[in-house]
Amino acid sequence: MDAKKIDRLATTILYLIAGIIVIILASLLGYILVRGLPHISWHFLTAPSQSFKAGGGIGIQLFNSLYLLVLSMLISVPLALGAGIYLAEYARENKLTEIIRTAIEILSSLPSVVVGLFGFLVFVLQFGFGFSILSGALALTMFNLPLLTRNVEDSLRQVSFDQREAGLALGLSRWETVIHVIIPEALPGIITGMILGAGRVFGEAAALIYTAGQSAPALDFTNWNPLNIASPLNPLRPAETLAVHIWKINSEGIQPDAAAVSAGASAVLILAVLLFNVLARVIGNRIYKKMTAV
Amino acid sequence: MDPIQQAMLKKSHAAKLERRGKLISLFCISLIVVVVLAIFFFVASRGLATFFTNKVNLWRFLSQTTWSPAVKDASGQPQVGALPMIVGSFGVTLLSAVIATPFAVGAAIFMTEIAPNLGKKVLQPVIELLVGIPSVVYGFIGLSVVVPFIRNIFGGTGFGILAGTFVLFVMILPTVTSMTVDALKAVPRHYREASLALGGTRWQTISRVVLRAAMPGILTGIVFGMARAFGEALAVQMVIGNAALLPTNLISPASTLTSVLTSGIGNTVMGSLENNALWSLALLLLLMSLAFNLLIRWIGKKGEIK
Repeated sequence: MDAKKIDRLATTILYLIAGIIVIILASLLGYILVRGLPHISWHFLTAPSQSFKAGGGIGIQLFNSLYLLVLSMLISVPLALGAGIYLAEYARENKLTEIIRTAIEILSSLPSVVVGLFGFLVFVLQFGFGFSILSGALALTMFNLPLLTRNVEDSLRQVSFDQREAGLALGLSRWETVIHVIIPEALPGIITGMILGAGRVFGEAAALIYTAGQSAPALDFTNWNPLNIASPLNPLRPAETLAVHIWKINSEGIQPDAAAVSAGASAVLILAVLLFNVLARVIGNRIYKKMTAV
Repeated sequence: MDPIQQAMLKKSHAAKLERRGKLISLFCISLIVVVVLAIFFFVASRGLATFFTNKVNLWRFLSQTTWSPAVKDASGQPQVGALPMIVGSFGVTLLSAVIATPFAVGAAIFMTEIAPNLGKKVLQPVIELLVGIPSVVYGFIGLSVVVPFIRNIFGGTGFGILAGTFVLFVMILPTVTSMTVDALKAVPRHYREASLALGGTRWQTISRVVLRAAMPGILTGIVFGMARAFGEALAVQMVIGNAALLPTNLISPASTLTSVLTSGIGNTVMGSLENNALWSLALLLLLMSLAFNLLIRWIGKKGEIK
């Protein structure tokens, strides 16, 4: 076979591979949506789940997922901003910085189940938070922090050095330059990264099984006192999230409609992740336009 | 001292702000480092208790094939043989990497060399979406599609290493692909031009020049994918069957380090041998993730020299 024929053959194979990957995704999405969408209804989205009989919803789990997401972002975003600012603006190229970078790299590559087990050991047992939203949020923070930090650092580094010089020339301190000049310009990138991080947190389950727990006690949605155990806002109550719920009913559930519930919940999860993806793009673009007057 | 001198010697408002800001950012970064150290300390202190407190022989732990920590064998030693899980973990990891690599590299070549437009408009979003799908959803699909499929074709229960491999293949595909794309894009344009000018066809250029130049980057991507596969817990746990037996074939129920951990740690009492043995598995997982990290660094260093 001559070189030209091989070339044509290779090209065909590459097209085939690309096609197969597209088909895999299409069938994945198709399967979840076709199986799950018919099951989604207002009742399904708001009703509490059932352990032994059919007809349960995912209302509490959905609320738990959202609440956990908000709480963990509230903890991790300021930390990631601080850490990212340090790495991009203050860190010198020396041994210490290298150690810090290695630590972040290791943390980002740790299996999430190990992070979850550490959270179980430290937050649940040592600190006595028990299986709770707070423990879960802290575990998710550890899971999310390295990626957010890297995103903040990269976004800050993309801002041209002239901006920093201009700020300093005006007599601002380095910190003021960062806060008032650099961060506003880097904001679209930072926000895009945060939203993508939120999507990751929303679907995470392995880190939550032993920190936020696997039970969803009934909530009283009229009680907004965070100190009351039945209140949805109480950070010390156990909270099974949507992703954990899917895992739970598939591995040890005995509901007769487990397959339908998990298909519906998977569809909700996927739609949420899609939404996060689209939001990341739209909001990033919009803020960029607003900030740069393009 | 006159007031002017005093004002000059006193720290300005901006200097104070600067100090405070620097301290805040330093605090955040130290927190991350402390967390990493704490993870190692806590997991190691629990995981090593099996060997120091319960006096389990490390070699027996790694080489025995019976995992029932509550039962003692004839010689009075607890039966904590982690080999079935180790084999299971490495089995699914290596197999899924072997299957995913040709697809990932092929897709990456397609996106950078063959059809950049189509790649950017179609394949890129597809890959990004695949990354975003939560792992429990992969597990659910594996459970409701892949497992029955395998059961129908090969018989048996359908649970096993093969099902785990399929699920992990789809999970690590986007990771490996996007890293390979980055590696291919980093190959300077004049390499391709030189090869084409010598009369090489496109495929000759790709296979003999571009892929070779991008090799360290591609290997890094593959190792990243393997690290992800090794540490993935729930999706694998849902399809592998969770039987702590040494796998004899690809379609009999098996288990991995992560699957035993997720299903076991809640059912054991803190501080007991059963529990400590599970923490030893977690420690093993931690060390493996460290090993993957070192491997990536080593490949990066090797690649630099050329």
